[in-house]
Formats: sequence, C-alpha cells, structure tokens
Amino acid sequence: MTDMDKVWQRVKLARSADRPTSKSLIKAIFPDFIELHGDRLYGDDEAIVGGLATFNDIPVTVIAEEKGTHTQNRLKHNFGMPHPEGYRKALRLMKQAEKFKRPIITIIDTPGAYPGLGAEERGQAGAIALNLKELMVLKTPIIVIVLGEGGSGGALAIGVGDHIMMFENAIYSILSPEGFASILFKDSTRANEAAHLMKLTAEDLKSFGIIDEIILEGKGLNTDPEVGYTNLKKQISKQLTKLMKTPVEKLLVNRYDKFKKMGEYEESVIKNEELAD
Amino acid sequence: MNHLLDERKRRLSQFHEIIKKRPIETRPVDIPDGVFSQCEQCNSAIYNKDLEHNYEVCPYCSYHFKINAVKRLKYTLDEDTFKPLFENITSKNPLGMPEYEEKLDKGMRMAKMNEAFLAGTGKIDGQNLAIGVLDSYFMMGSMGSVVGERITRLIEHAAKHNLPLVIFSASGGARMQEGILSLMQMAKTSGALNLLDEKGLVYISVMTNPTTGGVAASFASLGDINIAEKSSLIGFAGARVIKQTIGQDLPAGFQTDAFQLQKGQVDLVVLRSQLKKTLSTLLKLHAKKVTS
Repeated sequence: MTDMDKVWQRVKLARSADRPTSKSLIKAIFPDFIELHGDRLYGDDEAIVGGLATFNDIPVTVIAEEKGTHTQNRLKHNFGMPHPEGYRKALRLMKQAEKFKRPIITIIDTPGAYPGLGAEERGQAGAIALNLKELMVLKTPIIVIVLGEGGSGGALAIGVGDHIMMFENAIYSILSPEGFASILFKDSTRANEAAHLMKLTAEDLKSFGIIDEIILEGKGLNTDPEVGYTNLKKQISKQLTKLMKTPVEKLLVNRYDKFKKMGEYEESVIKNEELAD
Repeated sequence: MNHLLDERKRRLSQFHEIIKKRPIETRPVDIPDGVFSQCEQCNSAIYNKDLEHNYEVCPYCSYHFKINAVKRLKYTLDEDTFKPLFENITSKNPLGMPEYEEKLDKGMRMAKMNEAFLAGTGKIDGQNLAIGVLDSYFMMGSMGSVVGERITRLIEHAAKHNLPLVIFSASGGARMQEGILSLMQMAKTSGALNLLDEKGLVYISVMTNPTTGGVAASFASLGDINIAEKSSLIGFAGARVIKQTIGQDLPAGFQTDAFQLQKGQVDLVVLRSQLKKTLSTLLKLHAKKVTS
C-alpha cells in the first residue's frame, strides 16, 4: 500500500457508514445524557445535538455534530451539516455551561457547515465567526474530540478549546478532498491525491500542533469501538481533572496562546525604524 | 404576374449574396493600452482618468471596480500618514504543496506586496487608527498563516496602543495551499478580537468585493460595526456550491451587499466615495477621552 492509499483508506474509514456517530459515542460515554433543544431564536437544528450529562460524577455539557445512521435518520440530522441555528444552539448551551461552571465536551463529525440558501439568509458566516470568538474566552474548560470527519469552518465552530483530541482514523481538513481536488486539479475524482497532499490525518495534525493527542482505536472504531472508547474515557478523565484545577485566567491565557501559535511563517529581523515604535 | 414576382425574388437573393460576400472593412483605431477600461456590469467604456477621479466607480451604473490595497489606503487615510507594520512576516510552504511558491511569486508581482494583507497605522481626518487591508490581487486575498498572524498582531497592536481598528476585507476565504493551518487562522483572528472588547475599543469591519468563505466566517463578520461596500459579494459558501447542493437556481441579487443588508447581516451599505467620511464619523463617535 502506498502512502497515498493509506491516507485514502483513512478518509474512507472516517466517513464510513459503519463508523459510530456522535449519538452512539454519547450513549457509551455519557449514559445519563439529557438532550436540550433549540437556539431560542429560530429553531432546533438536529445536525447539532447538545445536552447535559455527568462524567465521573462531574456535570458536563456535551455538544456534538450528528450525521445520522440510516437514510431517514441522516435526513433528519441533515448529514451532520449544521445551519446557523445549530451553531447558535451550541453557543447558547456553552454560555449556559459557563454560567454553571460546567466543563464542555464537544464532538466533531461533519462534512462541513451546510451550504444552502436558508443558511446564507440566516447568516452562516456570522454564526460560525461568533462561535470562534466567544469560545476563545469562555470561562470554563473545553475538551474537543474529533470523531470522524472534521470538515472546515463547520467543524472549527465547535472546535476551539483547551485540549483537542482526535481519533486515530479521523480526518480534519480545510475542505473535503473532493473540493480540494476540484480547485487544485480541476478534477474532483482525484480526491485521493488531494487527500494525501492536504495532510489531514491525526498524525499530520499532531505534528503541526493543531491537536494535542491521538486516541488509539485498536482494531478500529468501525469494527470494535470498545478499545477506542476506553482510551477516550481515560483521557477525558485525566484532562478534566487537570483543566478543572487550572485557574480560569490561566486557562484562557493558555487557550489563546495555543491558537496564537498555530501557523507557520518566516519572520525576518525587524528594521531599526520599526523598533523605534 | 407570377413571372414578375419570381424575377423579383431572384434579384433579391442575388442582392443578398453580394451583400454577404462583401468584406467588412475594419480600420484599427489607435488607442494605447491603459487609457480606457470597460465596466464589468454595464460594459461601458470609461476613460481611466475619469475612473480614477471617481474612486474607481463606473460613472454610468455606479459599479465599484476592484481596487488594490495601496489605492484603498489612498482613498481612506490622510495623505502620508500610513506606517506599515509586520511586513517582515512572510510565507513558507508548510505542507510542501506543489506550485505554492510559484503562486506566491505571482501574487507578489500582481499585487506588488509581499503578502495579501497590508497592516499598519494611520490617520483619518487626524484621528489615529490601526488599519488593515486585504488585497484580492494577491492569491484572491486568501488567508494563510501570514495573513492570520499579521491580522492577529494588528489586533494586539491596536489593543496595546488604545487604537480603534478598521479592516477592509477582500478575500475568497482561507488559503487552500496551507490546509488546516489556514483554517486555524479563523479561530486565531476571531479570538484576538476579544482583546478590543476588554479595552472598549471599536472594530469596524468593511466588507468589500468579495468577502467570502473563511474570511467571512471569521474576523470580517465580527465588527462592532459591519459595513458592506456597494457592489460587494458577501457570503459563506460559493453560489456554485449552493446550486449543486440544493439543485435549484438562486434568487437574483443573492449574496450582494443589498441581500446582506436585507437579511440583517451588515449594519450599512456605503458607497466608496462616502467611505472615508463614514469611517471618520464613526471613529469620532467612538473616540476615547484622552487620559494623560
């Protein structure tokens, strides 16, 4: 198997119908989960599932993107592609978590934010942007889990946090490999080549410092989720303890610095006249 | 009688043949390059000097031509007040993406800038401000690591020096060639804006043609005041992608400045000729009392 084939294999695993979706992960890790609906402005977007649960007896807010499991169910959840009201629901529940000092756990699994007429009319861009800004200063710990597909701004809108974990066979990228191929090669059928170039695997993201940790899946979440879930529980437990002990001011400084460091560029020596400022 | 009619028909067709075969005479008109421009909207030919005097706006249909960052500063700031910042931050090719270096070189030649975002300080009617301009001539004004870092530092600079901030966006979105690193610039820039909130400093976002994708879905939508310049395309997803997804045609005027105003996403739509005046007034309304 070439490297390109290996990456494409990951993409297929991440999107596969037999991969557990957020709801089944929630059921396994947060068995007492109570779902809370709606953004109190427009409606309830079922591409995002949010609610309350306990983890090791600690109350937490859980917010997840849900793709759905069979045709009818996928339609109900709009294939995990949120509208603005979904992001606004997420933000409403996050603000609620902040009020009650509950840690937040988000689960990312989306091809991307929904590109549609209604989404544009109701301000998709603004809804995503506001979440990015607000999450940066939310005064409570945020743990992010990338479960399957991390598609672009639609994923990032619930992906700003203190500790970011990614399952071994998940992917996280700026755009779908198909979309990338159609821009780069003007040919969306060369998605496998694009996926390889895009560096979208958990290992790639770890090397760039975008994620903090890879959750190993054993045989793979798609066939036997138990190993992955056990590993995830262990890490959530460890991180929750650590983050809840961190004073909020320090937490926010760390969160800002973490994202400030993301990106790679050259920086030449500053000229004297600029230093005079 | 029939005979006469046939004769007439024959002559007519002969006449048409002759007309068809006659070569069309064209004489080249000697107009040097760069004297006239054609309006993208109404196709009128416009004398370039007239265009320049009119803020690069078509005098016939008021279509706003795209302008580069340098011209934007010229129209916006008091003369000779711009002081650039962070020009020493430049791009690498972190993903080893094929042909990225060539695209950067081309961008530098087209925009005559070393990256797509020009940052600095300046004055509008004597009022100090931090200002940033995206240039769509540089790789469609796309945001990669450098653009994200320069924007973030500009925001930090404004917060540190108690300056109001104005950013002009003109961008297709996040820069594909830097993959996930570009995506993260959305979080970084948006998050940094909280620094201005803490200090009670105003941030005015001016969305120009086009402001889409990851730029629209981050700092560009987050102004205390969001201004759309006239004739701008503003939105998250591209019209082509939406059409493919929903399988139907989009309404006329979709994602225009007027659409965004009607849908409540921008505070006001402003003509380019009125922008400096509008910004000046808004800055005055947010002026901080000087504490010595």
